This record gives sequence, C-alpha cells and structure tokens, in this order.
Amino acid sequence: MELTAKERMAIERHGMAEQPPDLRNRNFEEVPYGYTPEEAVAEAQRCLNCKKRQCISGCPVEVPIPEFIALVAEEKFAEAARLIKTKNVLPAICGRVCPQETQCEEVCVRGKKDVTKAVAIGNLERFVADYERENNLMEVPELPDKNGFKIAVIGSGPSGLTVAGDLIQLGYEATIYEAFHLGGGVLVYGIPEFRLPKKIVEKEIGALEDLGVKIYYNSVIGRLYKVDDLFNIMGFNAVYIGVGAGLPIFLNVPGMNLNGVFSANEYLTRSNLMKSYLFPKYRTPMVIGKKVAVLGGGNVAMDSARTALRLGAEKVTIVYRRAREQMPARAAEVHHAEEEKIEFRLLSSPVEIYGNEQGWATGMKCQRYELGEPDESGRQRPVPIENSFFEFDCDQVIVAIGGQANPLITATTPDMKVNKWGYIEVDDWGRTNKEFVYAGGDIVTGAATVISAMGAGRRAAKAIHEDLMKETDETLRPPDEEVE
Amino acid sequence: MYELIEKAEIFNVHKMVIKAPEIANSIKPGQFVIIMGNEYSERIPITVSDWNTDTGAITLYVLELGISTLELARMKAGDSLYAVTGPLGIPSEIKNYGTVALGGGCYGIGGIYPIAKACKEAGNKVISIIEARYSSMFYHEKELHAVSDQVLYATSDGSKGKKGKVEDVIGEMLEEGVKIDHAFFMGCTQMLERCSEATRPYAIPTKVALNSIMLDGTGMCGACRVSIGGETKFACVDGPEFDGHKVDWKELNRRKSAYTEHEAVVYQSYSHGCLAEKKLRQEL
Repeated sequence: MELTAKERMAIERHGMAEQPPDLRNRNFEEVPYGYTPEEAVAEAQRCLNCKKRQCISGCPVEVPIPEFIALVAEEKFAEAARLIKTKNVLPAICGRVCPQETQCEEVCVRGKKDVTKAVAIGNLERFVADYERENNLMEVPELPDKNGFKIAVIGSGPSGLTVAGDLIQLGYEATIYEAFHLGGGVLVYGIPEFRLPKKIVEKEIGALEDLGVKIYYNSVIGRLYKVDDLFNIMGFNAVYIGVGAGLPIFLNVPGMNLNGVFSANEYLTRSNLMKSYLFPKYRTPMVIGKKVAVLGGGNVAMDSARTALRLGAEKVTIVYRRAREQMPARAAEVHHAEEEKIEFRLLSSPVEIYGNEQGWATGMKCQRYELGEPDESGRQRPVPIENSFFEFDCDQVIVAIGGQANPLITATTPDMKVNKWGYIEVDDWGRTNKEFVYAGGDIVTGAATVISAMGAGRRAAKAIHEDLMKETDETLRPPDEEVE
Repeated sequence: MYELIEKAEIFNVHKMVIKAPEIANSIKPGQFVIIMGNEYSERIPITVSDWNTDTGAITLYVLELGISTLELARMKAGDSLYAVTGPLGIPSEIKNYGTVALGGGCYGIGGIYPIAKACKEAGNKVISIIEARYSSMFYHEKELHAVSDQVLYATSDGSKGKKGKVEDVIGEMLEEGVKIDHAFFMGCTQMLERCSEATRPYAIPTKVALNSIMLDGTGMCGACRVSIGGETKFACVDGPEFDGHKVDWKELNRRKSAYTEHEAVVYQSYSHGCLAEKKLRQEL
C-alpha cells in the first residue's frame, strides 16, 4: 500500500533502543540494540523519495540511499543490503560509525530544519547489514574472469579494504599487507567494542576473503618490503598505500613521560586490539585509572573516556581547549559521553602533569581559555586567559590530540612526494607522483573519518583500474566503465 | 603460522629457531621482531640473533620474564607461533670504525652476534665481551668466536673470565690504554647504563639497544617513548639503538616497571591454574 507524502511526513523518527547509561558504563557491549524489522519498515516509510537525491551527494561513496530505503519499506532487507554493497563494501560498519549527521542525513529534506528529524539513514544501513549477516543471507557475488593484474594494498583499514573489495570485483588479484596480527586497522585497534563489535569487522573482512582477497598479516611494509620491492620482487602492477594513523602527538608540557600518561592510540590498542579489558585471560596488561583525564575533543577522546569508564574509572574528565560546539567529535558520541556522566572541562588546557616520587601521574595544572578571533579553519581561536590556572587530581592521562604522519613508508620511498607535514601528496583520484602508486585515508589527509577513507579508496580503485586498463589492450576495458 | 623448528633452554634464556623466510630475507643486524606465542599473548619485541636465507629460519633468544615469555618458553619444536612481525627498528650503523667493542648480557649474548659479524665483515677489529652469573650460562659462543678477534668473559662467581661484569672488563681495558673506537651494548637496562658510564669518561661513541615496553612496533602508540638528550624518541621506529651517553635511564627504568603488579596477578592466576591441573591429575 503506497503512502501519501502527507502520511510519510506524519511519521516521527525512530530512535534506536539503547542500553541505559548506568548499565552500559560498566560493560563493553554495544550501546544501541538496533532496530526491529517493524521499526525499520516504519522508519523507511518516512523517506519521501525526492526527485533531487541530495542524500546521495552527501555520501562520500554515493550509496543509492532512496533505492535501498524503498527496499526496506518493502521488507526486502537482504536485497537492500546487497544494493548498498554495490557502493559500500562495509555497510554494517558504516551504519555504526559514519557521521551521518554531517553527511547524508544533514542534506535530507526531512532534516532541513532539524537534522535530528532526518530519515535515520545510518540506522537503516546498520539494520539491513545486520539482518543479512545474522540470518546468514550474505552471498558471494559472481566475479568476472581474472584480468591478470595484481594489486598490493598496504593496510587493512577502511580505505584498504575498499580498494581491495572494489578491485577484486573488477577482476584483479588483490593482496593486502597488514602490520598487525588482525585485520581492520582502526576498526579493530581504535574503535571500541561498545561502538563497533569486533565480530562484525571479522565477518566483513571474512566476506572479502571469500571473494578472494588475500591478506598477509604481521607484514610491515617499509621494513619487510619497500614499495619498489612490491613491484620488482613481488610482481605487483599497482600499489595502494592506506597505512592510516601516524605517530601520536604529546603535549609539550612537563610530565608527559610520567607513568600513567598514555597516547590514546596506546590506550585504545591495549583495550581493543589486545583485549586487555579481558585481562588476565588476554595477557596484555592495562593500568586502571581511578581518576582519568582525557585531553582532546574528537571521537578518539570520547572513545578513550568511555573506555576508561568501562574499565573501572570512578571519574573521567575530558579536557578540551575550545568550546563544546567546536568539538570535532560526532554529536552522538558527545551525547553518549554526557549521558554516561563524563565530565567536560572545556576551554581548558594542561600546562603541567604532576607526578609522585615513583614517577606516576597524580594530577594536572590547567589554564583557562576564551574564544578569540577565527583562525584559518574558521573556528574561533582559543586564547589563554592570564593567571587563570586551576588544578585537579588524576592518576591517568590519555592524550587524544591527534597525530603526525608515520614515516615508515615515506622514508623508505624517497622519490614519493609528501607535503611539509609528511603526508603523501596525491591528485583528486589518489595518484601519487610515482607511477602506479596510489594513496588514501589518513596518510593523505591526516586524521579523518572511516567513510572519507573509504571514499578515497573508492576513487583510487577507479584510478588504478583506469590507469592499468590504459596500459593494456583496449578490448580488456569493460564496456560499461565510466571514465571520469 | 610460524613453525618453531628448534627449541633449547639455557637457564632462563630460550633459544627459538622459527621458520619465517620473508623476515630472514630482509632482516639486518640490530633489528628485532615482535612475537606472540598464541592469540592471547602480549606482543613481545625480541632481537633477532641469527638468520639463514637458505632455510628461511630466524634465531631468537627469549628471556623468560613474565607470563607471555613463560608461555613461549613452554613451546616445543613443531609447535607454531601465532604471530611473528618484522623486521622492525632501524638496523645498526655498520662501518669500519677501527676497533669495535661489543658487550652482551642475558639475551644480548646472542643479540650482539649479528652486529659483531657485520662489524667483522666491514673490516673492524671486533672484541666481544659477554657476561653471565656463571660459566654454564653462556651460549652462542662458537658463533661469536668465529666473528670476533677476541671474546672476553665476565662471570659473577668468577667461574669463567673476569669476576664481575662487562663494564669491569671494558673499564680495565680502557684503563690499560686499549684503543676502542666504537662500542655497542645489549642486555638489561642496568647493564646498558653501567657500560655507558664506563665508556663515558673516554668519550667512546656508544650505542645501546633499548628495550622499552612496546605494543605495535610501528610508531603508532608511543608506549616505547624514551628521553634521549632531553628529546622524546620512540624506540621502535627511531631506535632501538641510541647514544648510551644521552639516555634518561631513570625514566626508562620507571616506565619499564609500569606493569610489575600486573605481572604478579597474571603469574598467580597462571600458577593457580597449574596447581589445579596437578591436583586434578593426582585425583585421577
């Protein structure tokens, strides 16, 4: 039965049921439970199927959003998931961690006045991907004949998985080199279990392996092989660099090397990848802070703070130099953190971390800031207020203020161009200055989002395909290939 | 999977020969690997002492210290390790220095071997000095003799060589006027510090292989950060070798002790498990 636009407009947005804050703040289970099929259908009926499909242009990988939502409304959930997968190989992940409120949902007509009233595109994406997986409806799509080209992908994070997934479906042999013993990059070492269950990452990577993507774990490119070796020794025809996060930045204040001061990368890697929240079954230890201070205002800071709480902290404080509305974290993450009673000390920045005689952190001294003139990024610049210091006790400090480019690959590939911060320079399609070497994700842009890394992977896969096909017999080029 | 080809015990140091052909092909002296015995293990950084490109084998000497290394120590030839990642770290700088002194203790007895070998091949006079509590704790000696002009010993009980430590041997040599142009040391932090202090008055360029706590080994986490001449460096990607005269030893020792309590907890749970199993077997 077709609904009228008026009837569709009358349906209110369906939130997802969640674990209550005072229960979830002590466990690592996922926070939102997910939609029921009835909720999903009702939410899908809110979509007006606009002529001008703004939501698609809001998506870095151009998921056919109205079409998949129409399938949800018809209860064709697995079909909807398969349709998304034509553009996005990791829907269960993106449905959970994409900042939809600044992408597809931001431009949704239903959310024009208030983005929280937009069609819950992310929730629906998550629902159909979960439905397909949990009901064992995942299918291995038919692949074209192999075209004889071999592609090496460095890093199995979101952009590397996208490149490998796209190219294997075009007939390439795709091989991923991953430095860790598990695949997924930031999806497994960075994003906590309660936001993205690792079983889901495992399953989505397993699906790529079923397609024929080879993954070599424990393989640090730059050390084991140089980029040139991948061509000359290993015989690859193109190389994609998606190595992600770089070296953590620490503040230049006294006390940064005290015991109990961690980079967020270390803290989250211990907890997520090494599963030290299950210590001692998993052997990697974790110091449990009682009073924990987290420096920074991004998603990584929120993840660290909420992890600390779940590990047993009595009090967790986020210290951020700017104001709340300038925090780069997703609105939903800040909201979840507030619900879990994480304290925010905004417009504040540490000037010193105090330690005891044994060298463990005991507290910090901060300076208050106010907002001044806008800086290059357009955000009002935080300006320190003179003589406005305050102190508080903390036995653990987690530094989540970003990173700098990891030089492992660039230092061993001296003929590849990098910018003044050490990030790899590429054109709009991910081409580096080195022939048949491509790059994308955080090693190009600096810290960004899962979906923007996937978008970069998608574009690079297109460029690799185009460049390699140019090299070969024209007849090898698939007839329907769109040339950008 | 990485097959354990050979396993031998030298007191609390364990020789592990592992099949890892890609690593054997690419590793250079001074580099290390990170290994995990099973999927629950910590990631343990271990210097590679020897490798063979024909057989694809790498040789590690693992000091049993803590639960993850204890579990490695219990493995037998034919078992497989869960993960072996490498090579990691910057290789030792090898050139013709003239006379090179290498000091090794504990796992460093094996660890200095590839550096000694490369120094010898580069035309240096190589003096290797190794220390242990007593004479039966030495290992990898034949190989070390083959690449050294001189191998000197120090033991705590005086059962072989000089009674004392590496720094006593090298201190005496320097006092006697033996010319040393470059020194490398590998072993526990206390030994590295004492040896660096021994060469400092003579201003001998001294490299020490630091063994701070590591997690990923690629520079991503910063757990291994050390202060070198007041600057923060990451041992995994900027090292592991640093100027022994510039290391903040106090900070390094402090940071290395961060998880001592956890070690006790996990050891306890492990030995309880063993006791329970023993009891069960007795009852059966």
